[in-house]
Amino acid sequence: MNLTPEKDFDETAPEIDARSDAESEPGPLLFDGADWSFKSLSRTYDAIERVALDDLGLNVYPNQVEIISTEQMLDAYSSFGMPLMYRHWSFGKHFAREEKSYRQGHSGLAYEIVINANPCISYNLEDNTMALQALVMAHAAFGHNHFFKNNYLFRQWTDADGVLDYFQYAKAFIAGAEERHGLKAVEEVLDAAHAIMEQGVFRYRRAPELTTEQRQTRKREIEAYRERTFNDLWRTVPAAARAEVTSEAEKMKVERRHKLKLPEENLLFFLEHNSPILEGWQREVLSIVRNVAQYFYPQRQTKVMNEGCATFTHHYIMNALYDGGQISEGAMLEILHSHSNVLTQPDFDERRFNGINPYALGFAMMEDIRRICSAPTDEDRDWFPELAGSDDWRGALRHAWANYRDESFIRQYLSPHLIRKLKLFNLTDNADDPHYTVDAIHDERGYRKVRDALANNYDPAHIDADIQVVDADLRGDRQLFLEHSVRQGVGLAEGSRREVLKYIRQLWGYDVTLSGMDHQTGEQLYRSSTLEADESDAA
Amino acid sequence: MAMHHFIDRRQNPSDRSLGNRQRFIRRARSQIKEALDKSIRDRKLGDIANGEDLSIPTKGITEPRLRGNSNEGRRARVLPGNKEFVTGDQVKKNPKGGAGAGKEGSEDGEGADEFSFTLSRDEFLQIFFEDLELPDLIKTDLRETTAVAYRRAGFARDGTPSNMDVMRTMRHSLGRRIALNRPDKPAVAALQEAITTLEETTEPTAEDRARLDALYKELEELQRRRKIVGYIDPVDVRFRQREPVPVPNTQAVMFCLMDVSGSMGEREKDLAKRFFVLLHLFLKRRYERIEVVFIRHTHEAQEVDEETFFYSRQSGGTVVSTALTKMMEVVRQRYPTDAWNIYAAQASDGENFSGDSQTCAKLLAEDVIPACQYYAYVEILDEREIELFGNPDAGAALWRSYRDVAAGRENFAMKRVTKPADIYPVFRELFLRQGERI
Repeated sequence: MNLTPEKDFDETAPEIDARSDAESEPGPLLFDGADWSFKSLSRTYDAIERVALDDLGLNVYPNQVEIISTEQMLDAYSSFGMPLMYRHWSFGKHFAREEKSYRQGHSGLAYEIVINANPCISYNLEDNTMALQALVMAHAAFGHNHFFKNNYLFRQWTDADGVLDYFQYAKAFIAGAEERHGLKAVEEVLDAAHAIMEQGVFRYRRAPELTTEQRQTRKREIEAYRERTFNDLWRTVPAAARAEVTSEAEKMKVERRHKLKLPEENLLFFLEHNSPILEGWQREVLSIVRNVAQYFYPQRQTKVMNEGCATFTHHYIMNALYDGGQISEGAMLEILHSHSNVLTQPDFDERRFNGINPYALGFAMMEDIRRICSAPTDEDRDWFPELAGSDDWRGALRHAWANYRDESFIRQYLSPHLIRKLKLFNLTDNADDPHYTVDAIHDERGYRKVRDALANNYDPAHIDADIQVVDADLRGDRQLFLEHSVRQGVGLAEGSRREVLKYIRQLWGYDVTLSGMDHQTGEQLYRSSTLEADESDAA
Repeated sequence: MAMHHFIDRRQNPSDRSLGNRQRFIRRARSQIKEALDKSIRDRKLGDIANGEDLSIPTKGITEPRLRGNSNEGRRARVLPGNKEFVTGDQVKKNPKGGAGAGKEGSEDGEGADEFSFTLSRDEFLQIFFEDLELPDLIKTDLRETTAVAYRRAGFARDGTPSNMDVMRTMRHSLGRRIALNRPDKPAVAALQEAITTLEETTEPTAEDRARLDALYKELEELQRRRKIVGYIDPVDVRFRQREPVPVPNTQAVMFCLMDVSGSMGEREKDLAKRFFVLLHLFLKRRYERIEVVFIRHTHEAQEVDEETFFYSRQSGGTVVSTALTKMMEVVRQRYPTDAWNIYAAQASDGENFSGDSQTCAKLLAEDVIPACQYYAYVEILDEREIELFGNPDAGAALWRSYRDVAAGRENFAMKRVTKPADIYPVFRELFLRQGERI
């Protein structure tokens, strides 16, 4: 898709100064009826923007709102929600499924898709009514946009300025590779890379490389410290009976690991740089998949907050416009209808229950923060002394949006009030027991437990399998050793584990062995290798 | 104030997902084919023209990921909507996963072993007829008279005015005018204006007069040059040139011949119909234009419409040769062999008036087959008969005479079918690409 604007409706939009209207008396309606036009979109956008920037104090990237058709929307969200994605059969498969489900009426379509980029691009569905377009603009072009621009994870991990160029480059590169090396060859690499996409992200920032000067300064500082704290007495303390120099093999292993910078949690990165068999273009494909995974990693960690922020924003703005007389009652009813549809949270025992709805939880928490700030109870004062009664709920929310991710946000802000309201309870499931145990409910004893447990449910360290490259003897048999640090006894599903290992072997070129080690005891729980045709799982 | 844009993307090409789609179909090809073959056996062929809802096994199109094993370990999950639980309560696990486990069941989140989606009509036909080819095209090419089409072939200096290429002509004209320095209109107009101004001077000085003379001369020279160097000269003119090229004939006619005498019951007609439908679909993919002629026969043959052909009954004897004669009559009247590719399919239960089979064989060998691209004969038997005639050489009189015709002829084929499941394989066998014959 060509990203340069083809038609710029900005210039043709009429110069309507609604500012004076809005501030003095109930102004004229921004739009009337269900149909939208680029004029009414532009007018409404301006009104929304005023509330977003002047009232809520949001800080956003410039917006680019694109109107797309149903098919384009289906297409976009079968390719990781990214309309610029390179081509791969799996996207076609997802498209086929989404399309069928949509045509049969099993699922509706998202009203919008928004891309974390500068300018921030949001895709609105053409079928939306004008009221929905207004809702969607407030939601995506301001709510999500503010979150993207300010949240620390996005600031640290994604490059909003360059991302569109990068995706375009990636798409062109993959297409070029398909031409040069054939569809099949490219598909093989992509299949394998996709299989370990979740193991293809950096979870922690690395310490920045020191410059020579910094290194020397540090060395001097260390020496100065040694001189200051020198005490000859230490010399007289007998050395601990150190194990006699470890075997030659051990020593080589240490050296090897050091050279390869092991352990390494980013499998794609490791394979891209160290695989003995990959060609240049294949390494670049791995790099592309890895960058795509990294780009989406912050979104996975902030689903609740991101949707909460956007939902809170659209709810606030739409109400403000309605109060200002700029949106008709009918349109507002439609907006509220969609709003509450999105926020439905079925109870755990209902048929349609499908986990906690991030929109519902996020929105409820944002509203709760506002409540704590402006109308706190004694309980809130106990739990959130620095928030309660501060009255600056806008500032408090902006602070939360900027500095937390789902896990830490819940740990910090989930209040007893909300736990009671949602009637949350924590259910523990030990695979060996014939029953689940209710571990905590919404009572005095349970609040903290529920809060921690819910936070853990959103913690990547608890959700994602922790798999690292631990050894690879490039001079020997070149076998690749991976280690899975098993938490809470949860191993990997066997069928897919075997398949994925085959994919890793394909990228590495030699055999791959994965061992599951208990996180705490270090005991080996299972071992699975491409060496053996049939798996031998040590219990 | 942040700058903002609205962009209308709706007009962007809408088949952007096509590339992914094609890759997916290619990937799942073998599974799709298998599922198609299976579904074809049970489905009405009349529905084929529409797309197909298809379920294929996920094998080969799974996307494995490293996922936690849901059957082991300890986990905790926070759920909303507590009704009566208090801390310490135990909830019995329900074998399917139940309350707490939610939807963790499947490894890749797809839940089922089957992946179902909708195949479009084109994709369906593409896969359905994959590997099938019109029989013996190369060989019959000689007979397939080609039509003539005119194709653009550059430009020529002469031609009819309606073929003149204005752009090309004007380009040459412009080049020539510039090269030969033809004065343009504004230059002449400017000169004339200067002359008018001077002429209107009430008291011209000698200098003015001299200047006026010079200008007159100059004007005359300009006009002369304009006359010599024409605006458009015959050398500028170009005509679009077209040359005739032979193109393969793209129209075909398909003859459906069927015995409708009493011995052909609903079952037999249904089987015959399936075969005809397949052939029709197949030809439709190959030819731009295809016509169908239905000829039914008892002891006499008639050309009828489709409805009558398949659904009306008629009583009488069975004289197969009447149908062949009728067919050749129609061919001579409406489908000259130099303009049409002729295909014929005949369905019968194999019964014929005694002695007529020889006539049929003669007609086929001398008239019909030489005129046809391909002639297929399908004999519909019931289960008992097929045992009787297990040997391809055994059969009723018609079958035996046709065997003689078939010998040594590439564009004649005959098969026996007994049940719907046979139709497609037989069809495939008849039209399998050369060299891939089993």
